[in-house]
Amino acid sequence: MKKLNTVLNQNHKKLSIYFTAGFPELNDTSSIIKALEASHVDFIEVGLPYSDPLADGPTIQESSKKALENGFTTQLLFQQLHDLKNQCDVPLILMGYFNVILQFGVEKFCSQCQNIGIEAVIIPDLPLEIYEKDYRKIFEKHNIHPIFLITPQSSEKRIRQIDEISHSFIYMVSSASTTGGTKGFGDNELKYFDRISKMQLKSKLITGFGVKDNKTFEQAAANTDGCIIGSAYINFLKENKINQTAEFINQIRNY
Amino acid sequence: MKNLQYNSPDKNGFYGEFGGAFIPEMLYPNIKNLEENYLEIIESDEFREEYLQLLKDYVGRPTPLYFAKRLSEKYKANIYLKREDLCHTGAHKINNTVGQILLAKKLGKKRIIAETGAGQHGVATATVCALMNLDCIIYMGEIDMKRQAPNVARMRMLGAKIKPALSGSKTLKDATNEAIRDWINNPEDTYYLIGSVVGPHPYPDLVAKLQAIISQEVQEQLYEKTQKRNPDYVIACVGGGSNAAGIYYEFLNQPEVKIIAVEAAGKGIDTGQSAATSKLGTLGIIHGSKTLLMQTKDGQITEPYSISAGLDYPGIGPMHAHLLTSKRARFMSVTDDEAMSAGLLLSKTEGIIPAIESAHAFAVLEHLNFKKSDVVVINLSGRGDKDLESYINHFNL
Repeated sequence: MKKLNTVLNQNHKKLSIYFTAGFPELNDTSSIIKALEASHVDFIEVGLPYSDPLADGPTIQESSKKALENGFTTQLLFQQLHDLKNQCDVPLILMGYFNVILQFGVEKFCSQCQNIGIEAVIIPDLPLEIYEKDYRKIFEKHNIHPIFLITPQSSEKRIRQIDEISHSFIYMVSSASTTGGTKGFGDNELKYFDRISKMQLKSKLITGFGVKDNKTFEQAAANTDGCIIGSAYINFLKENKINQTAEFINQIRNY
Repeated sequence: MKNLQYNSPDKNGFYGEFGGAFIPEMLYPNIKNLEENYLEIIESDEFREEYLQLLKDYVGRPTPLYFAKRLSEKYKANIYLKREDLCHTGAHKINNTVGQILLAKKLGKKRIIAETGAGQHGVATATVCALMNLDCIIYMGEIDMKRQAPNVARMRMLGAKIKPALSGSKTLKDATNEAIRDWINNPEDTYYLIGSVVGPHPYPDLVAKLQAIISQEVQEQLYEKTQKRNPDYVIACVGGGSNAAGIYYEFLNQPEVKIIAVEAAGKGIDTGQSAATSKLGTLGIIHGSKTLLMQTKDGQITEPYSISAGLDYPGIGPMHAHLLTSKRARFMSVTDDEAMSAGLLLSKTEGIIPAIESAHAFAVLEHLNFKKSDVVVINLSGRGDKDLESYINHFNL
């Protein structure tokens, strides 16, 4: 697996795709990752389904519910990723709510990530302060680092604090919303992208929430290092086959 | 035990290992703003004056502390009932909503959102929003809306918009998720008026402090009647735990007062249809708080069951989790049948029809061995009008 920072330092706008593990079918993880890699996405965010995903809109909620009904477990995901380890070069990051990781065991979680070659995780409901106080040592022992989120409401002080602790990129939430917003980006969002990019942070900036097509990708990537798309891809998978993934990716990149 | 503050969290919002604010970054500015301001506001003279005035003139406080003579004879102890059922809107829930609506106004918020299960907190929120002329949006599980149609109508009469929670299991926990998602989408003008001692810090402390009026009144009223400020027992039912937090509050740091928490065992602890978190729960995160909750071994939150809609929350507030693990409180659980019988008994012996939630607290009288001199205070947290249909079905009335 390539290093995440190697990919982030490449000189083009990065495109990352999120998908919910265990959706549409329990064992689709490997074919989705292979299809995304074949479509040249830069890195992949693998979502651990959760019964109560607070930061997610209806699309990811529904896919999570389906994945759980399919019989998803955290251990199964690690098994699937382990089997795929030598066949996949694109960096993977894991996204999961903290309760799922807590029940699996934080140390065991970090160690299994390390085992597979995963370097970064997104845990939206594990705030910076609690991470530093209670969990940082365990994560660092296994060379795992969390990716933190910032929003249009984040203060400059908060953003600098997050930049300081980040190892790769900051996840820039595009607007005040849960995932899967469909409004598109207006002046407020564009000004915010511009404001953050002018802060000259050491971390890369990747934008997510509400990126769904070529237009929103271009807008959000203009002042940042790239974008993450989640809900739009989940919706694509509802209507199309996994092996059609390249069509979705090409349309985002306007190839 | 002496040095511990059982009723208040530490500066990070933890009661022992429970509590904190496990929230996505999108909520951080709002929670931070609340955390930095709530104590100063609710402890200010201006706030206290307005809050106490409304509790007196609008809610109808102080609620009586009633000596239940026939019940006392039956159980051979001196049993007093704290009559929260006589509050405006029929339950203790309004103590909290009156306080939080004043806080929301002081914070300059224009739009109020809340979650509700059975509809009691929703009605109490819609009531104070009408009083203060603020927009009110109530999230309620689609299934609960069908089960609690009269409360939906009440909220609509009071001018609230009811939004059905269509996600997950379509009940209280999902209504709470939806309210939190609304707050993420509306961070500037919106105040989230949470209904119990749950959620991220500072909510558990805020709600406990606003419900503490219950135990403050008990202390004074008990002194008038018995020349004792502390009872031997305080008993309350616990779902999320707001009425319990209120009646325990002033007694938690008085080690001689025995604290009894009563949970809903539903159809029985081991039946898979229960809400007894103290027996079935494990440490985890729910709605931004680290506490005990009912979940699978994979960390997926499970749906609790109780005949009483107000007790079927899959967790307990972090203060209560700490009272349990530190053994400050004794947790007991009673089944649907035991609670219903206790409700019927209270109706026939004292002429008071309790909410089924509150009836749970009375059911443990059967299992406790009192001395004749013991003073027992039970929180009668709500009245039973809303539960008539359940009583009818249960007893073929």
